[in-house]
Amino acid sequence: MSEPIGAKGGGLAAWALAIRRDRRGLAGACLLGAFVLTAVAGPALVGDPTAPVGIPLQPPSWAHPLGTSGQGQDVLAQLVVGTRVSLSLGFAVGFAAVLLGALVGVPAGYFGGRVDGLLSIASNVFLVLPGLPLAIVIAAYLPPSPATVAAVLVVTGWAWNARVVRSQTLALRRRDFVSAAIVAGESDGRILMVEILPNMLSILVTQVIGSTVYAIGAQVGLEFLGLGDVSRVSWGTILYWAQNDSALLTGAWWTFVPAGLCVALVGFALTLLNSGFDEITNPRLGLERAWRAHLARRGRSPGRSTPVARDHA
Amino acid sequence: MRYLIRRLGFYALAAWAAVTLNFFLPRLMPGDPATALFARFKGKLSPESIDALRAAFGLTRAPLWRQYLTYLAHLVRGELGVSIAYFPSPVSRVIGSALGWTLFVAGTAVVVSFAIGTLLGIASAWWRRGALDRWLPSSLVFVGSFPFFWLAMAALYVLGFGLRWFPLGHAYSDDATPGWTLAFALDVLRHAALPIATVVLATLGGWLLSMRNTMISVLGSDFVTLARAKGLSPARVVLRYAARNALLPSVTGFGMALGFVLGGSLLTEIVFSYPGQGYLLVQAVRNQDYPLMQGIFLVITLAVLGANWLVDVAILWLDPRTRDSAT
Repeated sequence: MSEPIGAKGGGLAAWALAIRRDRRGLAGACLLGAFVLTAVAGPALVGDPTAPVGIPLQPPSWAHPLGTSGQGQDVLAQLVVGTRVSLSLGFAVGFAAVLLGALVGVPAGYFGGRVDGLLSIASNVFLVLPGLPLAIVIAAYLPPSPATVAAVLVVTGWAWNARVVRSQTLALRRRDFVSAAIVAGESDGRILMVEILPNMLSILVTQVIGSTVYAIGAQVGLEFLGLGDVSRVSWGTILYWAQNDSALLTGAWWTFVPAGLCVALVGFALTLLNSGFDEITNPRLGLERAWRAHLARRGRSPGRSTPVARDHA
Repeated sequence: MRYLIRRLGFYALAAWAAVTLNFFLPRLMPGDPATALFARFKGKLSPESIDALRAAFGLTRAPLWRQYLTYLAHLVRGELGVSIAYFPSPVSRVIGSALGWTLFVAGTAVVVSFAIGTLLGIASAWWRRGALDRWLPSSLVFVGSFPFFWLAMAALYVLGFGLRWFPLGHAYSDDATPGWTLAFALDVLRHAALPIATVVLATLGGWLLSMRNTMISVLGSDFVTLARAKGLSPARVVLRYAARNALLPSVTGFGMALGFVLGGSLLTEIVFSYPGQGYLLVQAVRNQDYPLMQGIFLVITLAVLGANWLVDVAILWLDPRTRDSAT
């Protein structure tokens, strides 16, 4: 009999299991794995992405499977090296944005009162300011480098995480086990680190994935505008040069299609992975699926009612 | 009313934060900010004029609070400095000449995308697990994973460059004379079609999913079952009972998505050489035109804040609960 998935809580083993069981999550994990493998091993297999190797804007051929760029560089080599740059920056920003979000959101939700008022207003203000223009004014004053892009993306991307973490902390704080810890005289620091944070792990993982999707997309956007270091190879600078060399109007589709496709595929893979994680963080989804399967075995179809957590052995 | 005033207070705070950030950013950066800023004017202006400009824009050796007050006073009068890229035009005039195009493209795209996405979400939830629901949400989410400007490049390449159905850029043809004529309006629409369509396509999936998910839970609630049991027509049950209630989270999300969509729309403008804020932004970045960049940031922020306040008014109208607690 299918056991209720949600009953297991959020151990790493349970996640791995749920991902394996969920077809979309599995597809996302495989796709992401392929990109990570390319990022790790790929650059050693291709040549120097900045070296001119042929006539500019040559269509794909055996020598250059994805053709050459407007400066006569091999597009495949650029794409592979760009994968390493863009993915590592994306994940670093994803982690940092969630960390900053948690540093603001957890105290806000836990201490409440004035601390909450102040921190909530700060994160709401950052949430309502338009991200791209803000990122541009900050980045413009800093030297163009990946570190600048990363810093700017963390500054513009943490607020949503803070809001979610805050509401999650608020919910956990009202639970009995936290009250018990307070009565037992545990220090605030210990309650936060031992009681509350571990119970938010699944939410934090989903947020890291979501922030990484944001970071990759926004990074490509900033670099496309020319705010990154345009002499370095990344997905964003590939698109920047494609636009600046008017590749579009000369019909050189191979200079911009692959990089955009990679951005979309990584984003899609991460979204799929997140919907797989959803099965654990939202037990209702798993239960609904189990309930439908259970009814189907008896030759019935479910009604429109919302399924409740029930033990249907 | 108190609710609206409270929200207005919050937006005033956010606007003040943006204005203050705008003031301190150049001054926080290493080195003498004034020198960095005015180094760009070298060769264009005599040293005496640079000193005059410094005085005019508060970048003097006066104490910081004085500079801040001067800056605020200029801002209230709508003075944002002098553009470097479009020297000697003032930033406010440069931005003003391009603001209409951006509001036209981004505004139309946001409204069209929200309307179509929400309707598709309603349909997808009503015929749940039907053909539409099976492939539409996931394929639109996939399309939404592409950067806005990449979709723009692809659309320009296929529909503009390849099939020649649409013009390759700009807001209207070179030989068209701007005016309130039908011919000119059609010309503008033809040029705006691709930029608007790409932004709509990129954002459709989000609205669809948000509406679909809320609709599914609302359709399962008791009052919908009752409405159905009363024998009301399906259209009435879906639109008057379920959709109106399910719309609320989408409208709340609308305000938050505005800034993001506007950012994407700016990048789209660049691909189509559309003469809006996005195009100015590229000129500003390329010429290190700090006054123009900061002016664009301020204007766009104020536009987003204003739109958010309109969303709050819409929520007040949609959700009686906010009205009751607010009176």
